[in-house]
This record gives sequence, structure tokens and C-alpha cells, in this order.
Amino acid sequence: MRYSAWQVFRQGLTGNRGWAPVWRDPDPSPEYDIIIIGGGGHGLATAYYLARKYGMKNIAVLEKGYIGGGNVGRNTTIVRANYFLNGNSEFYSHSLKLWEGLEQELNFNVMHSQRGLINLFHSDGQRDAFARRGNAMINQGDDAVLLDREGVRRYLPYLDFEQGRFPVYGGLLHPRGGTARHDAVAWGYARGADARGVDLIQNCEVTGIDIRGGAVVGVQTSRGPIAARKVGIVVAGRSGQVAAMAGMRLPVESHVLQAFVTEGLKPVIDHVVSFGMGHFYISQSDKGGLVFGGDLDFYASYAQRGNLPMKEHVMEAAMTLMPMIGKAKVLRSWGGIMDMTPDGSPIIDKTGIEGLFIDCGWCYGGFKAVPASGDCFAHLIATGQPHEVAQAFRLDRFRSGRGLLDEEGTGAQHNLH
Amino acid sequence: MRIPCPICGPRDRREFYYAGDAVALARPVPGAGEAAWDSYLHLRDNPAGVTRDLWYHEMGCSAWLVVERDTVSHKVLGAALAAEAER
Repeated sequence: MRYSAWQVFRQGLTGNRGWAPVWRDPDPSPEYDIIIIGGGGHGLATAYYLARKYGMKNIAVLEKGYIGGGNVGRNTTIVRANYFLNGNSEFYSHSLKLWEGLEQELNFNVMHSQRGLINLFHSDGQRDAFARRGNAMINQGDDAVLLDREGVRRYLPYLDFEQGRFPVYGGLLHPRGGTARHDAVAWGYARGADARGVDLIQNCEVTGIDIRGGAVVGVQTSRGPIAARKVGIVVAGRSGQVAAMAGMRLPVESHVLQAFVTEGLKPVIDHVVSFGMGHFYISQSDKGGLVFGGDLDFYASYAQRGNLPMKEHVMEAAMTLMPMIGKAKVLRSWGGIMDMTPDGSPIIDKTGIEGLFIDCGWCYGGFKAVPASGDCFAHLIATGQPHEVAQAFRLDRFRSGRGLLDEEGTGAQHNLH
Repeated sequence: MRIPCPICGPRDRREFYYAGDAVALARPVPGAGEAAWDSYLHLRDNPAGVTRDLWYHEMGCSAWLVVERDTVSHKVLGAALAAEAER
């Protein structure tokens, strides 16, 4: 069914009896041409673009839980293209362009809201770095506006500009940055993939990867063996375990990143605000909740919850920057498992095994990358060649030391990103 | 999360700096080759379950510890001085 205002009207008049399930719930076939392991945002987008853009058929997505139950439902929904380094810059630029056409592409309301993102700075040196970043964004064809303190005050009058530790000097405004509805992105891609014949198989955990003569031939699952000519691994925080089934060790360590949401409030924060020095960022959902987060807990973890010290740290940063939200009550907090690479940038590449591909290492930035990661991983699987905007995301860059994408400039070492 | 420092006793996680997998204790010799160094610096088992990692008791006795910990439950199973730990 094609969604439209007319459909809503028509279904409303007929007791809403005409709505059908959005995707099938098929049993796995014994054999597929392409299997995508992982039914999160990236996996669903990969399957969608394989079918829609690269003309592939006979595709399955295997998900151990339910569609959209992993990190795509556990993030803070920010969409932006404000990267500095060549390699990252063109990729996220491509992703933002896909976001901008996503609702028309999928015929699904993903509530993409380009409300503007402001990264604050607090010193002359940081201003120089942000001016340079803004220029890189403009050179890439995206948008950036350097705001001085009065400029920030026009957008965010409620900040504590005079705080002793990090007085606000200004901010880098990225007008096309914003948020999207996280679940809707998963649902939209799932619906689009299903409509093009992709089997979305839930409650199907991959327990082994079958390799014969250096080539992948299928997978073992909790619902029986399934043969495949090509297999793509897109499992975020669980990348290490799934890759180990193929005998691989990855340059990935899984960490927990916490996020928080308050009770619903009337509109009060109109933009995405990022306070890097304090490790705090915030936006307000359309439902009214203040959605915010900070930094990693900074130890390897698979628990989808964090510890209290980081909660305290995030709340302190919030009160430092915007004391006005101090009375808001926190409704929920949760953690997502981040597949951290040494340089903080992702991997979309072949493995040493014929027909086995991997898309991982999204660190804490995977949500905004969903459309481009899907497109680029689908391109790699379909053609055997990297997409032109994802050529830098090589698996071997750590071993060789060539082409490291250390966006934060802290060194390509575990535990520094 | 509390870490049982062998010198100071159980202490709050905030007193410690986390330095990653205890693979760091097994430093290869300089000429060990690219694969050994790649494995040491970058590649990780990244277990969902019991792991051994290095923590530095920054706000305590300054000892480096090897902590045995469950990455799924956050349960801390034990800690030993890195200087005396099995490599």
C-alpha cells in the first residue's frame, strides 16, 4: 500500500480496517544469493539498496532479535555531515543527501528534521579549529556558519554563557544538520526491502559461517543452515563475535555509550546543541522529551546499560551549560554497544574470505550513516568494488598505517576515541 | 562498579583509568613482524563474557592492575597487580 494523506483519510472513514502488515514474516529458504547478517538500520538499508539500486535478487536479512531492536532503536537520532577529513567528509555528505530524499524514496515518514546543529567552542584555539572544519564542510559542498558569541545567543539564549570553566566563545552552525525518527528509519527500509522481495527473517541467530576452499558458502543459524553465495556482516557491537565465526579478529573493541530522555516538555530546545568540552549534547524530540547523552563509559562492555559515574558526569555537564533544564525529570536511560575502531572511523570492506564482506566500526556515529552505509555496502557486495565515497574505509588501514581516519586527532589507538 | 585493588581494597571505578585489553602486557619484540604488531596494537578478541583488562589506580596507589571482569554483566571477578600477573 502506498502511504499518503488520502490513505489516512480513507482508512479513517472506513474504521482503519484496511491497514495491512508492513512486511511479511517468512521462514528462511534453504538458499539465497546474498545473506545480510544483522537487521538493524545498516543491514536493512543494505538489503534495500541491493534490491532497489543494484538489481540483486534472492536476498535475506537475518536478525537474531526483532527488526529495529538493536542500536537503530537505541541512539540519539542525530543526522549531520560535519566531518573534516577527506574520506569521511564525502561519505557523510553523501549520506546527508540520501537523508534529504529518504521520505520520498521510501514513501515513509522518517520525520527528518533539519533543525540545525550547533557545536559550541570555548577558546580562541577551538575557534580556529572550528573555522577550519567549517571551511572543509563548505569545500565538500555542505553548509557551515561560524557564529560568534552574539550569534550563538540569537539561537540559544538560554545557555549559561558566562560559566567559569567553559565560557561560550561561539559555535559552528550546520544548518542542514538535525534529527530523524530512529525507529521509522528501520521500518521504512524494512518495508521497502520487503516490497522488493527481500526476506526479513527475525529471531534467526547466526551461529556459524560456513567456509569452503577460502570462500563463503552459507551460514548456520538457530533456524537451520542456509546456503549463500555472498554474506555481509553488519552487526555493530557484535562484530567481534560474528567475525570470529569466520576465524577473523577485528580492530574493534565494543564499548557502552549511554543516552537519556526526560519527560515530555513543551518546545524549549529548537536545535541540536553539542558541548564537546563538557561531553554533552542534546536535542528535543517531537514528542517533547529532551534527548541527551555524553561520552562512552570507557571500558569494554556488552551490557546495554552504563554505570552511574558517567550519568553523573553527563548531568553535571548539562547543568553547566543549560541550568534551565535542571528541573526536568529523567524518564529513562539506556546504553548502546558501540563497535569502536582504533581511529574512530568505520570499515566497509572485503574480508580475506571470498564472498564475505564486512561493514562495522561505526563507533558512536552509526545512525546518521545508515543510508550511505547501506548504499556503499550494497555497492561493494553487488559489484565487488568500493563505492567512490567509501574507498577510505579499508580494513587493512591499521596494519599498514596508510589512510588512517583519525578525525579527532588523538592517535589511532584503542581507548582514545 | 568497584574494583578490588590488591593494595587498597575495593574502590570506586572512578578512581581508575581504563587502559584496554590486557594484551598490552604481551608486547612483541621489535622485529616480530607486521602481523604480530598489528595483532598487539589493533586486533582484539573483544569477548562478550569474561575478559582481562588493564586498569591504572590513578587516584589511589598508582598500581597497574589486571582486572578480570564480565563484559556482559559488569561483574568484577578479581584483580591482580600487573607486575605479578600471568602474561
